[in-house]
Amino acid sequence: MSSSVASTNGLISQFFEWFGDLAIFCWQVLRAAVTPPFEFHELFLQLDEIGSKSLPLVALAGAATGVVLSMEARYSLTRFGAKSLLPAAIVFSVIHETGPIITGLVVSGRVGAGIGAELASMKVTEQIDAIEASAVNPYRLLAATRIMACILMLPLLTLAADACGLVMGWFAQALVEPLSLHQFISSGFKGADFNDFLPPTFKTAVFGLIIGLIACFQGMRTQGGAAGVGRAATSSVVLSSLFVILADVVLVKVILIFFP
Amino acid sequence: MDTIQRIANHPEMKRGEGRKDTGVLAVAVKDLHKSFGSQKVLNGICLNVATGETLAVLGRSGTGKSVSLRIIIGLEKPDSGSVRIQGEEITGLTIDELGSVRLKMGFLFQHAALYDSLNVAQNVAFPLLHHKREMSKSEQADRVQKLLADVGMEGHLEKMPADISGGMQKRVGLARALILEPDILLLDEPTAGLDPISSGDIDDLILKLQQEHHMASIVVTHDLHSAKTIANRLALLDDGNVVIEGTFEELQKSDIEFVREFLKRS
Repeated sequence: MSSSVASTNGLISQFFEWFGDLAIFCWQVLRAAVTPPFEFHELFLQLDEIGSKSLPLVALAGAATGVVLSMEARYSLTRFGAKSLLPAAIVFSVIHETGPIITGLVVSGRVGAGIGAELASMKVTEQIDAIEASAVNPYRLLAATRIMACILMLPLLTLAADACGLVMGWFAQALVEPLSLHQFISSGFKGADFNDFLPPTFKTAVFGLIIGLIACFQGMRTQGGAAGVGRAATSSVVLSSLFVILADVVLVKVILIFFP
Repeated sequence: MDTIQRIANHPEMKRGEGRKDTGVLAVAVKDLHKSFGSQKVLNGICLNVATGETLAVLGRSGTGKSVSLRIIIGLEKPDSGSVRIQGEEITGLTIDELGSVRLKMGFLFQHAALYDSLNVAQNVAFPLLHHKREMSKSEQADRVQKLLADVGMEGHLEKMPADISGGMQKRVGLARALILEPDILLLDEPTAGLDPISSGDIDDLILKLQQEHHMASIVVTHDLHSAKTIANRLALLDDGNVVIEGTFEELQKSDIEFVREFLKRS
């Protein structure tokens, strides 16, 4: 009995310790990010690593989502006699929710694991200490650049996922029933305005912040050898995916309030 | 006679001639305490190193030798005590404030800690790229090549760290530690894990570089032979404190049982 109480206390204490450490980490990264010298060279490298190299995967995931949405929605809407709403259903689903969340989850898998494992490996082999010993702030060079790159690239990747989802959604629809892309787009976007498009796209900047922050934090606090690196990579993906989904719930509500 | 005078008057201090000496100790560590959880690692350690002097820190594993070095360069914060680098107290400094102090120091890690995504030349150039932005690319490349030639690595500029031996990694790490021409050099087990010949080569290299650059150096080592070769003074640690400090001859004359045992088994 006493051992289970002690174990529960330990877990609670670890939980609060983790959030406390995360808050300190955020403060250190923020302070490093806004004070010179700025690491533009590393930022451009990370924009390429996180943005360009995630593009094929995100585009593929977006395209697959578009096809599935088209097939599922067609079946449901036909049953309820609302087949003419199919383009609008696909467009609104993709730009409102599936495009952003699929992008967030795919990037948290690819980039979260990559950043977590890379920084963890650098940590256990003292490379981060070597950077610090060379009078270079690792929070500025390693963390701030990666987090900033995630924030900047997520909305752009979402645009790519949205575009691929819509095109493949149209393609899947056109295979069953001939329809030009122009007709599909004009019918789908009928009644849509920028409020339907911009807030869901830019909410992924928050996903980028979460993915970059969690992955850098888990990587830079790693302890132990190869096992520690593995744990950091896994926990980066699990925690960033979880927080992306939780943030999505909050952001959807916020967007509905401010952009009804 | 106070510590500074004693060190300055030491016959082996000739190596330090020519280096700027402001009369302030290069490194002054006083009453340093450090614990990790319930494990007490440092228990009031005091160390002083003057400009141009080399101090070897010896002791059994886990007696706080490497932790002392990490505290001196600010990678660990002590629980209490004072660390002065050329007279400046560093224990309360932030990471950015520590930057200017660290520019005066070079650090060779036990496993070299080379950046595995950069090649040998890029590893050595790393501090230059961040702190000598006013230097042209060709000037930076010249300095890197010269230093790599000094450590005997001139033919390996393009190789990746994974493709060179442990001894070669140590040489590259040493070149990286020296690239900003530091006043103070900290070496953590420079010969650990190397064969006797590579070990001797590294010792010769350190001696040569010290004679050329006249830095204050602290060398953490288990290797008594290496310590005798490269250091002016030796400090023997046990239970997180200095048991004895002096020349090798002074250590040999010691009546302390631990010192006699350590020298006998080394």
